[in-house]
Amino acid sequence: MNAEKTLAIRAIIRKARRYDLLVALLGLLALSVAIFTLAALFIDMAVTGIPRLTGDFFLNFPSRRPAEAGILSSWVGSILVMTVTAFVAVPLGIAGAIYLEEYARKNWFTDVIEINITNLAGVPSIIYGLLALGLFVYTFKLGQSILTAGLTLALLILPIVITATREALRSIPQHIREAAYACGASQWQVVQDHLLKYSTPGILTGVIIGMSRAIGETAPIITIGALTFIAFLPPAPGQLNIETGQAAGLFDWVWSPFTVMPIQIFNWTSRPDPRFHENAAAAAFVLVLMTLSMNAIAIWLRYRLRKNIKW
Amino acid sequence: MAIAPPDAIPGPALDQRGEARLAEYAAIKKARQRRETLIEGVLLAAASVSVLTTLGIVYILVRESISFFSHVSIWDFLTDTQWTPLFDDAHFGIWVLMSGTITSSLVALAVAIPLGTVIAIYLSEFAGHKTRETLKPLLELLSGVPTIIYGFFALLVVTPLLQKIFPELPGFNVLSAGLVMGVMIIPYVASLSEDAMRAVPMSLREGSYAMGSTRFQTAVNVVVPAAFSGIASAYILGISRAVGETMILAVAAGMQPTLSFNPMEPAATITSFIVQVALGDLPHGSIGYQTIFAAGLSLMLLTLCFNLAGHWLRKRYREAY
Repeated sequence: MNAEKTLAIRAIIRKARRYDLLVALLGLLALSVAIFTLAALFIDMAVTGIPRLTGDFFLNFPSRRPAEAGILSSWVGSILVMTVTAFVAVPLGIAGAIYLEEYARKNWFTDVIEINITNLAGVPSIIYGLLALGLFVYTFKLGQSILTAGLTLALLILPIVITATREALRSIPQHIREAAYACGASQWQVVQDHLLKYSTPGILTGVIIGMSRAIGETAPIITIGALTFIAFLPPAPGQLNIETGQAAGLFDWVWSPFTVMPIQIFNWTSRPDPRFHENAAAAAFVLVLMTLSMNAIAIWLRYRLRKNIKW
Repeated sequence: MAIAPPDAIPGPALDQRGEARLAEYAAIKKARQRRETLIEGVLLAAASVSVLTTLGIVYILVRESISFFSHVSIWDFLTDTQWTPLFDDAHFGIWVLMSGTITSSLVALAVAIPLGTVIAIYLSEFAGHKTRETLKPLLELLSGVPTIIYGFFALLVVTPLLQKIFPELPGFNVLSAGLVMGVMIIPYVASLSEDAMRAVPMSLREGSYAMGSTRFQTAVNVVVPAAFSGIASAYILGISRAVGETMILAVAAGMQPTLSFNPMEPAATITSFIVQVALGDLPHGSIGYQTIFAAGLSLMLLTLCFNLAGHWLRKRYREAY
């Protein structure tokens, strides 16, 4: 080996090392662009919005005067729509996933369902809005109600719930099932007493992520034609209607017109008056806080799950 | 309640009581089987809801589009250069909306694909275990932010910033909406590409390192080609997100239908047009009402094309280990 060659090789190695370092830095830079955006978004909203976050802001209806406007009807609406969504999407999603993972035989119909779920996850959310407008609002005559919105969002998050549940079920080892069958359990007993119990954290993760997606969805709800100016609350069960003098039934609220947080934000953002933009920032801050904490819980659950369970 | 199967009961001849018990067991078994079948039926029905959803989407879009195309010829729809469906002099040129969708998607992808790929390479090939486990969840939080909030951010924060660089930029423009949309898509591209790269077996990397390759050379020459089908489907997912994105564009891009590919101008996309119409009060069954379904059908077909392309890419370039 002569010294010249050694030097040349060292130069090549140095160059390669430099490249490695450069790419690693580039990667960190790209990551920081993404994370910096998240931080900027959060801080901007906090700085603009927090001064508006008084008790009145949560207890006032929207108003033409920006200083008096609040988010009462929208946060109540969001919670009610989410309730309907959860009641529809969670049982349907879990049941569908159990069928596909535990019961389905390998045939063309199962294939159709599986391909279909993958495709549905990629359908733009506004298309669900069109489906709801054509089907729920005008064909089934459900109106532009909390029920329609809840059903629409339930269909939207169904693929998320199904996929998460299937993954949770798949991670349970086969010998758990076999042990239960060996004790004489029927298939449903295995599912009910064992599989569902062990997969609860996994399912919960999927449900939380789905719900956090649903609570921030704007496009499908605008498409069904939800009003943006609502200065009343849906009738609580038993509440007296002043015009008719009748008490509201237990489920009358599902037929009520409504507004939700994202629509209220959209409404305030699209006004020219900058004082409404402060309101939008405040409402957006509340919404971001809600979705981010839901996501954080889900990520934490998944992390804990991966760490603790060893079969 | 362990029940022994009937043939396992010992004894030469079964007496009256034994037979009664057998019949009882048989009845229990039958009831149990009925219950199981019933439950399976209910579960199957739940699984079929997704198929019904797809059928519902196709049925609604096609039904309304058929009545739309009985008023407007498909030729005009595809070739007209104006989009004024709600004016007296109505024109229905879908290309006007397509141009907005394409321009905004291109801006978004120009951000998301390079950044997403570099992040994926970094996370999969360069970052240590601990760094990855901390940074990936943080990145996933980005995809949890509601899009209306990105729209708000694009209109009220990014546009004023951009106007400092380009003073003639209008208040509503495709550029800022597209840039923010790109950041929104980064997690989808990065996360899926990273999964694909991590699925490449370690032995391939070790072979490459053994030949004296550096990390960067291994990443570019071995890992990325091996994971190509997965990375391609990550890109495709990014594209369909960009094409279907609604609220960022509706808030920040101005909903103004012009046939132009200039990102410095306001524009309407297919999705933001649907929002614009839905915000107004259109009577059910009018031509304006049917327009949004025709637009929706175009959007659906566009995303379907991308999904098929993704499927083909996956099949064509799949590496099996």
